[in-house]
Amino acid sequence: MEWGSWSEFWAMGGYGLYVWGSYLVTFVGLAAEVIILRRRRRTLMEHLSLTTLDTQSEKSHETKA
Amino acid sequence: MAKIAWFKYSSPASFYFLAGRMIPWFAALAAVLTVAGLYIGFFRAPTDFQQGEAYRIIFIHVPAAWMSMFIYVVMACWAALGLAFNTRLSFMMASALAPTGALMTFLALWTGSWWGKPMWGTWWVWDARLTSELILFFLYVGFLALQAAIDDPRRADRAGAVLALVGVVNVPIIYFSVQWWNTLHQGASISMTKAPSMAAVMLTGMAVMAFAFWMYSIAVTLYRVRLIILEREKNSQWVRELLEGRRTDDRGLDAAATEAR
Repeated sequence: MEWGSWSEFWAMGGYGLYVWGSYLVTFVGLAAEVIILRRRRRTLMEHLSLTTLDTQSEKSHETKA
Repeated sequence: MAKIAWFKYSSPASFYFLAGRMIPWFAALAAVLTVAGLYIGFFRAPTDFQQGEAYRIIFIHVPAAWMSMFIYVVMACWAALGLAFNTRLSFMMASALAPTGALMTFLALWTGSWWGKPMWGTWWVWDARLTSELILFFLYVGFLALQAAIDDPRRADRAGAVLALVGVVNVPIIYFSVQWWNTLHQGASISMTKAPSMAAVMLTGMAVMAFAFWMYSIAVTLYRVRLIILEREKNSQWVRELLEGRRTDDRGLDAAATEAR
């Protein structure tokens, strides 16, 4: 497919709104899933390392006592 | 003959590390295939003689719709395995697949709607194909809501698995809906028995995008199952070693697991 110009490409033969409306939401959706997953991992790792530190300090406390 | 330890990876701890090694490959494949698929779809595939440029939505609509059904079947298989053998990893896989499946279903509905508007003159119609796909979305959401509502993870797993198995009856209904009923939705673009009704280059673009969506789904599902494994196994020896930086792979994991017991 040879597009005459970029404006012709974006116009999609008059269907630009529908084509780009579909593609935009699809890529936003997929990107959002990845971002949410990374954030979930970060929160989980922070939470887990806090709890490990807690148990460690408890242990050292126990040995001292 | 070397004995392959298949069951080694049915242990969540071993699978955590295996999945971690696989994710970059699937993610890279997804990225490369997306670029290639979009290039074919927008710069190689010709204008459709009936639908003009609007048909280019097909390169994301059909892959999303395929994945929405395929993920559900895979999820139901893991659920069945979990119920049959009571393997924790199977249930975790089912839970990890559901959000991606729900997203794919939403995208199939969304892109379908934005394709339907210029072609049919309406965003939505209650025909068999669209309605059964909407039910698929509700099945995914129902699965997620049910699991979230039950506090005990093992009971949540079983309840979700039963729902997933019952709902699988909807998948052939979606697939064959265009044959069984008179629908506004067009018939299958690709069939096992007939020659494809599309130009070869359009078909190639669609196939490449379908593989891209497939690889993406595998990558995010593996990423999510790793989080689920960590969340559920957070009190085990190997997770503690991992967090303390004393463990970077699954070497000697079985010994460590025994030790923890």
